Amino acid sequence: MKTLIVRILLTFTLLHLSGFPLGAMAEGEDETQWTSHLKHQFFGDRPISEDQMTIEITAPYRAEDPALVPIQITSKFPQTEAQFIKKVTVIIDHNPTPFSASFEFTRESGKADIATRMRVNAYSYIRAIAETNEGTLHMAKTFIKASGGCSAPIGTDSEAAKARFGKMKFKFDQEKLSLGSANAVQLLISHPNITGMQMDQISRMTQPAEYVTDVRVTFDGNPIMTVKGDIALSTDPNFRFYFVPGQAGELKVDIKDNLGHQFSANQSVNP
Amino acid sequence: MVLFWIALIPPGTENASSTPLSIFDTPTPMSPIPTPRRRSLKGLSLCVVSLGMLGLSSNPLAEPLAIKAVADGVYVHQGRHLLPNPENHGEIANIGFIVGNHCVAVIDTGGSQAQGESLKAAVKATTEVPVCYVINTHVHPDHIEGNRAFKLPGVKFVGHYRLAAAMAQRAPYYINQARDLLGLTLGPDDFIPPDVEVRESLDLDLGGRKLHLVAYPTAHTDNDLSVFESQSKTLWLGDLLFMGHLPVIDGSLLGWLKVITQLQSIPADRVVPGHGPITALWPLALTGEKRYLEGLAEDIRAALKANKTIEQAMNEIGHRQRADWQLFDDFHQRNIASGFAELEWEDPSPEPAMKNPGRSDP
Repeated sequence: MKTLIVRILLTFTLLHLSGFPLGAMAEGEDETQWTSHLKHQFFGDRPISEDQMTIEITAPYRAEDPALVPIQITSKFPQTEAQFIKKVTVIIDHNPTPFSASFEFTRESGKADIATRMRVNAYSYIRAIAETNEGTLHMAKTFIKASGGCSAPIGTDSEAAKARFGKMKFKFDQEKLSLGSANAVQLLISHPNITGMQMDQISRMTQPAEYVTDVRVTFDGNPIMTVKGDIALSTDPNFRFYFVPGQAGELKVDIKDNLGHQFSANQSVNP
Repeated sequence: MVLFWIALIPPGTENASSTPLSIFDTPTPMSPIPTPRRRSLKGLSLCVVSLGMLGLSSNPLAEPLAIKAVADGVYVHQGRHLLPNPENHGEIANIGFIVGNHCVAVIDTGGSQAQGESLKAAVKATTEVPVCYVINTHVHPDHIEGNRAFKLPGVKFVGHYRLAAAMAQRAPYYINQARDLLGLTLGPDDFIPPDVEVRESLDLDLGGRKLHLVAYPTAHTDNDLSVFESQSKTLWLGDLLFMGHLPVIDGSLLGWLKVITQLQSIPADRVVPGHGPITALWPLALTGEKRYLEGLAEDIRAALKANKTIEQAMNEIGHRQRADWQLFDDFHQRNIASGFAELEWEDPSPEPAMKNPGRSDP
């Protein structure tokens, strides 16, 4: 422990003396992007409560793989007639495109919970802002440290994703659905979700952005979850969410990307 | 600045497939790069000690990097099992060079321009034969950031055909990371793409000895290249081989396992890993890495079968081999995440079959 402290002190001293910016180490948990413009850009002057009674966001403190950071948003109450969450917007302050995704839910969702995987480029707050049926806004946030490793947030094997382009899968926690209650389901979409961000002067082989913009999941025609996506979604976008089936029926998903490709898939589910 | 830099790049890169390059069109003796900027730190003993590590700027008087011969004419500098940090500037990988009668081939240039300069000084202290080739085994900054020190007339950069694209996609992030986490200032001109791209394989003649380069499908990264020196039967694997330092998957877990199978049949006497000792017995050296990657795949498959989430998998699995590796806690979880996202696309057996996904193009 003592050596560690000495090392840290020495590091800071060296950096300081040599005139290097202390960068992220000194930035701390910075909220200025949010307060100075992001909040206004996305929500105008609407009040946003941090009441901790509506939603919670969970992400690893350290982004082990910046291309693939698991994010979980959990609602604090079930979706009922009287009270439900309509929409959750995810903002990553220091990403090149802070708007990361939004998720719309209905009462048929059962719970406004969502788990997905995102790219996180820098030390940043990641925040989830829920809008209720009454139109009030509630925010939960957590801080993520970028990892010091060698991988970058682009994801590497986009060739595999391209080979499976448009393939989708549903996965269920249980083999049989339980009727009338919230069932977890996972949707896997094979899509490279390429950010298109690159230094063109290094390579002449530029790759345009190609990412999923819309995902719409319905059960027997009723919307359960609708996603607006952007480049923060990891390669092969992946969503875990809930739905309440009243009877056997058909889950259907339609997706669209920014280049206009469209895919759909459906699957019968039985109790 | 950018325009100037573009002018230095040959107008067309060559695409090579099993074509020996002539050695006679390239060699030019190296000349030291002038030092445009060097911060003065004199009078501070603390900083004098750290000068070599700080990588402040190009330095023609760089101290030669410590190297050892692992075979006649094959020299390796041993890296250290550390995370890239502000003290080591990412100078952590095994790097080195091979000397022929007419040409030197540098294999990986280190984590910073300063380390590249030190490597160049080590070449100069070892031989008068000029550097003709700089071979980059893959895109990671601890292997390519010394490239700039070798950007001289007569030096050809050689890499996997996907290296340039990987550099272009990663450079913006690496530049920010270097600034925030390593205390290093990098720009676009610190990413030097290959002049010669290897699509499948390529032979380079150094004069009296030949190098056989092979480009692989996605494994450790999507741009891994190996170098086999046939005279001493030395196989230089870059980060296709980790020893001691936990293997890091930045490409494909299954792809890497496939490449390992392919590598095993190479008739080498010794290997130079990207991280680990400067040389090790072949193919015995693969044992640890293979065991870790196979165990990981097995554990992830079991987690998928048990319907675990990626978060559960990242927290729970694969710790059996923790004692065998350094930096395990720094990279194991990311390996799980990356492997999980890959393996969940394997054909599921207990899944109900899906109706054909429809696709419509715009």
